[in-house]
This record gives sequence, C-alpha cells and structure tokens, in this order.
Amino acid sequence: MAQVQVEEKVEAKAKPEVKKKKVSIVVFSGDFDKLFAAYVIATGAAASNMDVTMFHTFWGLRALKKDVSTGKSLFGRMIGKIYGGDINKANPSKYGFGGMGRWMFKKMMKSKNVASLPELRQTALDLGVKVYGCQMSMDVMEIPRETMIDEVSDCVGVGFLIEQAQQADFTMFI
Amino acid sequence: MSDEIKVDLELDVRKLLCPMPMVRVSQNIGKVPVGGVIRAVATDPGSLADIPSWARTTGNEVIKTERNDGEFVFYVKRVK
Repeated sequence: MAQVQVEEKVEAKAKPEVKKKKVSIVVFSGDFDKLFAAYVIATGAAASNMDVTMFHTFWGLRALKKDVSTGKSLFGRMIGKIYGGDINKANPSKYGFGGMGRWMFKKMMKSKNVASLPELRQTALDLGVKVYGCQMSMDVMEIPRETMIDEVSDCVGVGFLIEQAQQADFTMFI
Repeated sequence: MSDEIKVDLELDVRKLLCPMPMVRVSQNIGKVPVGGVIRAVATDPGSLADIPSWARTTGNEVIKTERNDGEFVFYVKRVK
C-alpha cells in the first residue's frame, strides 16, 4: 500500500517538467563578432532543450537579410549600399580594417574549424530557434520582408518582444 | 572492477569547437533508446565543461569521462 503511494508521487513530480525553459535574445548589433556570440548562445540554448526566440532589430537585421540591395528613398538606398549585403558581409566590431578584418577572422576561424556564421545560423534554425525581424526598423531602413530569408517567423514589434521576455527564463541584448 | 559500458552510438566530434560538440550530442541523443549510451570523442578542452553542463540542463547523464592523448571521451546516457 505504502509502495503504491510512493509511485504515484514520483509520477506526479515528473509531469510538470514538460514545460521547456525559454530564452529571448535581442540582436541589435550587425557586427560579425557580436552576431557570432548571439548565434553561439542561441544554438547552445536550443541544444540544451530550450525554446529560443531571437528578435532582430536595427543593425541586427543584417543577420536575416539576403544578399540583395534594399532601399527606396535616397537615404534608404544609401543604407542599402553602405550597410548592404547579408550575414556574410558583417564586419567585426574591432579590427575591421575596411573588410580586411572580416577576411582575417574568417580565415582564422576556418583554420581552427569553428563553424562559420551562416553555418551557425543554419544550425540554430535546424534546432528550432525562431528568428523575428523588427517591423519598425525594417520600415525605417527600408528593408522589406522579401529581402529577408524565408525562415523569418514573423515581423513584429516591441509588444511581442516584451511578452517573449516576460515568459523567458533569461533575456539577452547583444 | 571495470565493467564494460554498452555503447549504442559512436560520435566523432573531434576538431569541432564550441558549441558544436554539445550540439552534435544533443542532435544524436534521440537516436539511442532511453537508457542507451553515446560515446562521444572530442578534442575541444571546453567540452569537458560543456557536455556535463548540457547533460545537467537536459536531464541526461555523463556516466564516464576519459582523457587520452589530447582526446576527451564522454559516455553520455540518455535518461529520458
């Protein structure tokens, strides 16, 4: 009799574990090194069985862009030109050297067999990481949804982010 | 007495750096039955901390770790 009760208790304890832990990441930076950090953390969290949402805003939109030109107005086209390109064109926040730094880091990382940024993003997506674009910065910078990768779950605003962050076990701003 | 651990899946994660060794383990843990064991061989010293941490956060278990010749061998048991 006592044994039956113990078994029931164990079962009841095991059930609430179904709810997954959650992390939300605000990706503000479009720098190579910071995107790298954001996607390593996202991939690690997803591999650790967490739900991961990444909210890409402002320069961070680069991580979701295709390699196409963007912009309608003069300033929009300027941003598209100067800041143009996809995740491959991200420059490091230090040692940029007008593109040399990017080449140098990529070479060093490849020789050490670290996953490249696009590979890492693909791994994150494969593991179920959800990526979102900030609609407001997309409007400001004239980056339409069509110029972004298909995997983008949705284009959203701060209300969505706050809801995600409130439900998350931790939130990061990168 | 060292009883042999029955390995269900061999995983080569040598030469890979953070976060890939633990990602590969997590991608493959579903391929062994509950109670089954993955034997993962890594060369990244960071994985010595990472893979046990991963096991704790996901409710799995590293039942044995070996070091030989710059290689780290993890026996990861799928608990659930």
